[in-house]
Amino acid sequence: MLYNIFIDPFVQMAQMPDLLVQTLWEGLVSGVLYALIALGFVLIFKASGVFNFAQGIMVVFSALTLVGFYDKFSAAGFSGHVAAFVALILTAAVMFVLAMLVERVVLRPLVNQPDIILFMATFGITYVLIGFGEMVFGGDPKQMIASELYLPSGSVDVEMLGGLVSFQKIDIAAAVIASVMIVGLALFFQKTRIGRALRAVADSHKAALSVGISLNQIWVIVWFAAGLVALVTGIMWGARSDVSFALEIVALKALPVLVLGGLTSVPGAIVGGLIIGIGEKLGEFYWGPLLGGGIESWFAYAIALLFLLYRPQGLFGDKIIERI
Amino acid sequence: MNAASETLLAVDGVSLSFGGVKAITDVSFDIRKGEIRAIIGPNGAGKTSMLNVVNGFYHPQHGRITYKGKTRPRMRPYQAASQGIARTFQNVALFRGMTTLDNIMVGRTLKMHRGLLWQMLRYGPAMREEIEHRRVVEDIIDFLQIEAIRKTPVGKLPYGLQKRVELGRALAMEPELLLLDEPMAGMNIEEKEDMCRYILDLNKHFGTTIALIEHDMGVVMDLSDRVVVLEYGHKIADGTPEVVKADPKVIEAYLGVGH
Amino acid sequence: MFYRETGQFKQSYAADQAVFPILQDRLGLAVILLVAFVAVPLFGNEFLLASVMVPFLILSLGAIGLNILVGYTGLLSLGSAAFMGVGAYSAYKLSTIFPGVNILVWILCSGFFAAGIGVLFGLPSLRIKGFYLAVATLAAQFFLQWCFVRISWLYNDNPSGAIEVPARTLFGLAITGPSATPVTRYLVVLVIVAVMTLLASNIVHGRIGRTWMAVRDMDIAAQLMGIRLLPAKLLAFAVSSFYCGVSGALMVFLWLGAAEPSAFDIKLSFLLLFMVIIGGLGSMIGSFFGAALIHILPIVIRMLPEALGLPIAAATVEHLTYLIVGALIIFFLIVEPHGLARLWQIAKQKLRVWPFPY
Repeated sequence: MLYNIFIDPFVQMAQMPDLLVQTLWEGLVSGVLYALIALGFVLIFKASGVFNFAQGIMVVFSALTLVGFYDKFSAAGFSGHVAAFVALILTAAVMFVLAMLVERVVLRPLVNQPDIILFMATFGITYVLIGFGEMVFGGDPKQMIASELYLPSGSVDVEMLGGLVSFQKIDIAAAVIASVMIVGLALFFQKTRIGRALRAVADSHKAALSVGISLNQIWVIVWFAAGLVALVTGIMWGARSDVSFALEIVALKALPVLVLGGLTSVPGAIVGGLIIGIGEKLGEFYWGPLLGGGIESWFAYAIALLFLLYRPQGLFGDKIIERI
Repeated sequence: MNAASETLLAVDGVSLSFGGVKAITDVSFDIRKGEIRAIIGPNGAGKTSMLNVVNGFYHPQHGRITYKGKTRPRMRPYQAASQGIARTFQNVALFRGMTTLDNIMVGRTLKMHRGLLWQMLRYGPAMREEIEHRRVVEDIIDFLQIEAIRKTPVGKLPYGLQKRVELGRALAMEPELLLLDEPMAGMNIEEKEDMCRYILDLNKHFGTTIALIEHDMGVVMDLSDRVVVLEYGHKIADGTPEVVKADPKVIEAYLGVGH
Repeated sequence: MFYRETGQFKQSYAADQAVFPILQDRLGLAVILLVAFVAVPLFGNEFLLASVMVPFLILSLGAIGLNILVGYTGLLSLGSAAFMGVGAYSAYKLSTIFPGVNILVWILCSGFFAAGIGVLFGLPSLRIKGFYLAVATLAAQFFLQWCFVRISWLYNDNPSGAIEVPARTLFGLAITGPSATPVTRYLVVLVIVAVMTLLASNIVHGRIGRTWMAVRDMDIAAQLMGIRLLPAKLLAFAVSSFYCGVSGALMVFLWLGAAEPSAFDIKLSFLLLFMVIIGGLGSMIGSFFGAALIHILPIVIRMLPEALGLPIAAATVEHLTYLIVGALIIFFLIVEPHGLARLWQIAKQKLRVWPFPY
């Protein structure tokens, strides 16, 4: 028994390194996508202190909107790359409108309420988006317009370590795009005037207001940014499988990523995403059979819980010094 | 006060640092039974940290604390509370969602013993216990003259009253040693006078030993029996108000060099 | 005018420490109990009893459980549905292993199993706080749900993977299983919920309740008052999970009749949290308000188009329900972030000073 748990999986890893590499790669890719969802959470949490539960559904919603626009165009005989990019821009516009609405209808009246109330309000947003999305787009899974957006398909097979490891091109693209986006966001936060305002708001709403930063404007910007992150995540995730509301459960996976990294840390979201993604795939592949499989549903949470017991504020979260 | 009376609490060579920041460096002083002991010093001198060490919220890296004859490297909050050390806070730390009455009743927690089963029934022994402690709490409410706000959630009270409720909560623990962290900060003259009277009453009539942090020098010099002065985490003076007032190091700390 | 405590002088602290010190409150409570115990069973039709009242009461009990944890102790939990599941599965196992013992005994006993599991998953709460804790409780949610699927012993190797309620009687009257009438089931649930609500209300008004609220409002100060955080928090987890567990057992035995693991999925956890927050954190009556709103609202929305004669497809109604419930959650949060219980207080205040505005 102990052998099966503590030794055998490692023996397997050593014996078939190609399988290990394949598993690691898959973990890495899903980790990147978790990280992208978590990134949307972090953006909003940093700037408004709102734990935005709706981020996951925003991913689905934006992907559905994109596909929905494209379907309308192609039904009107306008298809191909140009139509796809027009749909992309229109979807971005929809996300902007959504950000405005959220700020206007939900955040502004709830300013200065306790965190948990705002958290609950984002549940309300989630429900509204699910209801609205299903009503407009229907509940069926849809095909992401990957090739129209110049996203590669197929795979690269590399012979290594005595076996064949297969890398999906879309996964490589996802990793590259995610990295570009993360660097871009980091630069935006550090170097621009709006980025500085964002960080000020994150520190203290009142102090930011007192130096003339418009909270409402900042909130629209971060929700829009989070919407764009959601859109990119939705495209990537949709290209790997279908676009449907089943993605919602995947979005829940972003929560352990988030707390693992620390709620306010962008690098934390990325490192957390990779740890969870890789840990989950390794756990499922090597330890899952011992427990009868399906452990992917909770393994991520168990990892997060163990890390939190060691560091309650997450890996990169600010250390909490209690004063009185 | 009787200068020869026994020592209640002695702090011996305590040092405390957070990471690289030294909050307290090698401070020793004692508090005698029945006295009013003031701790003063400029902002950031380590006064509040000192109180936190005494009631176990911070754990010092070096030094010993002797309380009621027992020496420990550090206190634990529960130990401190159950041994009769009560405390008020610089930034009022009341339970904001609860009423004045409930806040003070929390102070009785350690003296109430009926378990979950009796509590569920709220009958017989549990109810008798509740009434008995309510009576004690009402005495405190009388003493502090806060009858009118008994059932008001403390979050809605003005600052001065909150401070008073906080004192009440500490008193409910029937402390032997009462630590007051700036009990008069932000108060107007009348409120300050009231607070002074409460402190003196407590000390004279109930014999409670009091350690007091305060910035109002008039109050400190009038109330306290002995004063310890901290600066940058070091002790720079210790003695009766007259001695401390005349100490050149204290004058320097407060008024700057070359005065 | 209508609700005024003037002239009601308390002669003793005992009278003043009562849970309902004001006469009108006691009268109101008596009326509610009278309606619940007499009028509803006499005049309610089967739909009202079986599909509205029974679920409403059971969910209220679960909401009270969660409220003890979130509202009174300030520990955010997203795992309450899993603890309900623990109650349901342990009641099922106990009742099939020992069929001779009365089912109500096992339903109440199942609470202890849920309490034990709750304490286990409550242990991290000493170190982990706030949203971090909420995510940590999600570990309980997903892990336990996985257990309900994977450990076939829990559902007696039933090929459908579901637990089915055996028929059981009390004093010769069927209370579970297909032959139990809605009236009997309603009355059984009502008695259990009423008694457990009373006990919970007693706990939160006494020393233990004050300890919990002190931990919630300022844990550092609570510690320095001599409250030990770990026992206080674990006790909250235990009591809360006990209530959730009993509520879960009732849900399967007296409401659904059979349940799959997905009955205890994260959606139910969220629904309970909605109830607690919309009803009012730290309020017993709020738990009932919240359960009523969240459970009854979708029923009304579903029935409305039919009643108005609008031809809307069932799927559309389902989506509309989501949309409207979501919008209403936001609406209620904006109108009164402290929940329906606070609205109730404000209403009482208005009645007190009526006909004057202040």
